[in-house]
Amino acid sequence: MNWEVIFRPESLAMYGEGIVTTLVLLFSSLAVGGVFALIFALMLTGRNVFLQRLVGAYTFVIRGTPLLLQIYLIYYGLGQLEWIQARWDDVWPWTHFKDPFFCALLAFSLNTAGYTAEMLAGSIRETHAGEIEAAQAFGMSRFQVMLRVVLPSAMRRTLPAYSNEVVMMLQSTSLASAVPAMLDVTAAASRIYSDFYLPFEAYLFAAAIYLVATFCLIGAFKLAERHFLAHLAPRKS
Amino acid sequence: MSAYYSSILYGALLTVGVSLAALVVASLLGMAGAAAKLSGKPPLVGIATLYTTIIRGIPDLVLMLLVFYGGSIGLNNLLEALGSDVTPDINPFTAGVLTLGFIYGAYMTETFRGAILAIPRGQFEAGAAFGMSPQQVFLRITAPQMVRYALPGFTNNWLVLIKATALVSLIGLQEMTYLAKQASAATRSPFAFFLFTAGLFLIYTWVSLVVLRKLNARYSLGTKRGEL
Repeated sequence: MNWEVIFRPESLAMYGEGIVTTLVLLFSSLAVGGVFALIFALMLTGRNVFLQRLVGAYTFVIRGTPLLLQIYLIYYGLGQLEWIQARWDDVWPWTHFKDPFFCALLAFSLNTAGYTAEMLAGSIRETHAGEIEAAQAFGMSRFQVMLRVVLPSAMRRTLPAYSNEVVMMLQSTSLASAVPAMLDVTAAASRIYSDFYLPFEAYLFAAAIYLVATFCLIGAFKLAERHFLAHLAPRKS
Repeated sequence: MSAYYSSILYGALLTVGVSLAALVVASLLGMAGAAAKLSGKPPLVGIATLYTTIIRGIPDLVLMLLVFYGGSIGLNNLLEALGSDVTPDINPFTAGVLTLGFIYGAYMTETFRGAILAIPRGQFEAGAAFGMSPQQVFLRITAPQMVRYALPGFTNNWLVLIKATALVSLIGLQEMTYLAKQASAATRSPFAFFLFTAGLFLIYTWVSLVVLRKLNARYSLGTKRGEL
């Protein structure tokens, strides 16, 4: 074992850069994916059968194919389409498809949106019928019932499942290293491995970083659950 | 062009092979892990808990790279230290199967543990009262009922495992994701090839779902469902 190489300032700086990329990628895809997930969940539980089917097909494809393939499809695949090729030099949203970070962010957001939408839709469907009836008896409109009664409780009940999804997402960001020019924690480890031929040390150090990040996330969600799900906690005797 | 598609189809066989082999390893490790966690012996419980906690906190890809690149060097050093001059070669298939099996063994441990806990204790005691040995209790009472309780979690783990086989392409195993990437580099039509591969994955997961649903129905025979 040769740990001096790992703890050299240059190597640590590379890991540091990797941590920043990983975290930025994680939190921005969770934010973008979360917005999509909310919209998709409302479509899944809504009355429009066409939208329901459409989003159902979307989540089926997203959840049935590997994330790595989804990244490849967006990063390498879209460039094949002439329609995009004609636009990605100067027409605004399409110029981003040349940026590896944007492609990774898009793939991760669409992926987490598919999983989260199904979880949230499940919680929305499980909302107690009495709660909705009570809200209707107060004369609330459908929109108000959703906003004031169903969503606040459904989002809380999704929290435990969502914490799993966030941890899974953290680990999935390691796939960003499959896209050249992205330097996340795994890519940093790969670079140090190929520079010094020290696979054990390089990847073990990366694994330790992910482990610490995972425990921090789990801890944060435990605190969040204690706050938001206090009403569901077992009674203290 | 069609030669590329048929090579990807051929790679699909390797995907099926890797996933099934990894499933066997994962199930064996899962049974061992569940037995250790339920044994009540502190060292065994500690090791199994450490295993499931650490594995679930590290990305599959990092573990795979660690086993593939680190494993071959480690094995070389070990054999050298033992004075052997054999140079072992960890091929991507073995590394993929072992790593995926090792990772999903941790998830299977939790699934199997939950399934065993779901069986009423009284049944084990009744078995013991009939004079059955622990092995007999396991084979005649625990195993047949465990299947039913474990199947939903098992199905989830299996679907995630199938998708994780795509990662083995990153350590050079020529399964369908790898072949699709090569084909798209050679022909400059990546979209078509990746979409085709995604379709194959969808078919694989869909077929597995159908089979596992049949199994679930078979093992739930005679159980009463409450009607809402």
